[in-house]
Amino acid sequence: MIINHPLLGPRDAQEFTYLGDANLIDRPDWQADGAGQAFYEYLYLRDNPAGLHRELWYHEQGDRSWLVVTRNISTHEITKVELARDVARAKGRGK
Amino acid sequence: MRYSGFRVIKEALTGHKGWQPAWRDPTPQAGYDFVIVGGGGHGLATAYYLAKEFGKARIAVLEKGYIGGGNVGRNTTIIRSNYLLDGNEPFYEFSMKLWEGLEQDFNYNAMVSQRGVLNLCHTDAQRDAFTRRGNAMRLNGVDAELLDREGVRKIAPFLNFDNARFPIKGGLLQPRGGTVRHDAVAWGYARGADQRGVDIIQNCEVTGMRIENGRIKGLETTRGFIGAAKVGVAVAGSSSRVMAHAGMRLPIESHVLQAFVSEGLKPVLPGVITYGAGHFYVSQSDKGGLVFGGDIDGYNSYAQRGGLAVVEDVCEGGMSLMPMIGRARLLRIWGGIMDMSMDGSPIIDRTHVEGLYFNGGWCYGGFKATPASGWSFAHLLATDTPHPTARAYRFDRFQKGLMIDEKGMGAQPNLH
Ligand SMILES: Cc1cc2nc3c(=O)[nH]c(=O)nc-3n(C[C@H](O)[C@H](O)[C@H](O)COP(=O)(O)OP(=O)(O)OC[C@H]3O[C@@H](n4cnc5c(N)ncnc54)[C@H](O)[C@@H]3O)c2cc1C
Repeated sequence: MIINHPLLGPRDAQEFTYLGDANLIDRPDWQADGAGQAFYEYLYLRDNPAGLHRELWYHEQGDRSWLVVTRNISTHEITKVELARDVARAKGRGK
Repeated sequence: MRYSGFRVIKEALTGHKGWQPAWRDPTPQAGYDFVIVGGGGHGLATAYYLAKEFGKARIAVLEKGYIGGGNVGRNTTIIRSNYLLDGNEPFYEFSMKLWEGLEQDFNYNAMVSQRGVLNLCHTDAQRDAFTRRGNAMRLNGVDAELLDREGVRKIAPFLNFDNARFPIKGGLLQPRGGTVRHDAVAWGYARGADQRGVDIIQNCEVTGMRIENGRIKGLETTRGFIGAAKVGVAVAGSSSRVMAHAGMRLPIESHVLQAFVSEGLKPVLPGVITYGAGHFYVSQSDKGGLVFGGDIDGYNSYAQRGGLAVVEDVCEGGMSLMPMIGRARLLRIWGGIMDMSMDGSPIIDRTHVEGLYFNGGWCYGGFKATPASGWSFAHLLATDTPHPTARAYRFDRFQKGLMIDEKGMGAQPNLH
């Protein structure tokens, strides 16, 4: 599998480690009401769809950036690669 | 028809004209008391024990493809009960005991072979961990032997003992572990269930669930609607997809695991051997092929084939452990989709929908569990109470902090 890194161009997926569903960016607020339930769902439950999946990959053997890769889990076709930083910032995170 | 040595001789003398199909090909009825989704090992065993041990009737198994086409026919056939944690060990030992009587029980040759499972250790810390695990096994009445280097050498002299980085220091042996012919398990349970009146319906994919007032009414399938009073889902790698029809999100990710088989060789391996310094395990089939495997590919996948990077990694593990494997040619490689759970342990439980039950999260180790999983799931479906050995396999353990995490890896399925 080749991941088209937004900064470095096409890289072998072997240079990366995989974390999982990109929803892991949306860490719940630990002070909000119902934080216990929110953290349970955040940590343990997954959509695990058979089609398009947005997921976090870490370029460990490269520039150490986190990427959000959109991949079809049934065919391994990658349709979009973003810097996780940009994705998180667009959600108003990490200002 | 009962199978026996006499029968084989009789058929041989009469031109093999008396054999019949091992199970019927029935058309689905309008409704059943029990519908099992998934005709893998677990689904078929569930139907078999429901009929045989719990005296239930009006049972159907719905399978989207053919019997034995899923993981039950794709795994590397290892059975063992060498777990550490209390939530697991009695369950897997129950399974081992069922394996020991299975062939007589369902009158089918599943080639259950207790040739031993040997886990190697390469550091002092690893030996300490194995001592602990062996003790935990013995406390549960399971056989376990800690071997030193010479003990391992006696069993497997061909291993690379003096590897500079990973010398072999010893191993934990479970003599009663071994291998079983995987497809024969599916066929034996299918035949046994069919003989007891279970309808095994192939080419029948479940595409939806009819749920009214919080109760299951039946299933939408590619062969029409099938009514059901109780539904048990045991679809392994497809768990998330099927349970989504009931609006559920599961603590499960689907990942691919690959298996490898070499050309047939004369007997060289005494039993199952697992490498403790890399992820590699190997046994030899009765046909002579070396059957081996290693890690899952590591990222979510529904494609029943794996990547080449893992092929390289597994072969490196093999070369490092037993260099003689380099002389064998690789004949076949395939992949299967596994239901990797968040703590590496399975779930056998009710759901929020009345009459809907779930069995899954078996990761790469559900083959050995097949008899106990079927029995426990049948117990739950028939009596609405969990089997004593499967009590810990609940959905809510994640919410309550009661995870059964053998490896202590946390909620990271690709590390279990
Ligand atoms: C390469 C590999 C090696 C393994 N090695 C071992 C090992 O050595 N030891 C061990 O203990 N375990 C091993 N495992 C794990 C073990 O094979 C599985 O955990 C176990 O087989 C899963 O249960 P099953 O047999 O019921 O699954 P399956 O045989 O996969 O049965 C599930 C069935 O559900 C059907 N299905 C799916 N969706 C639907 C639907 N919508 N409608 C109807 N039917 C549906 C599928 O077609 C499939 O036939 C291995 C797995 C793999 C892939």
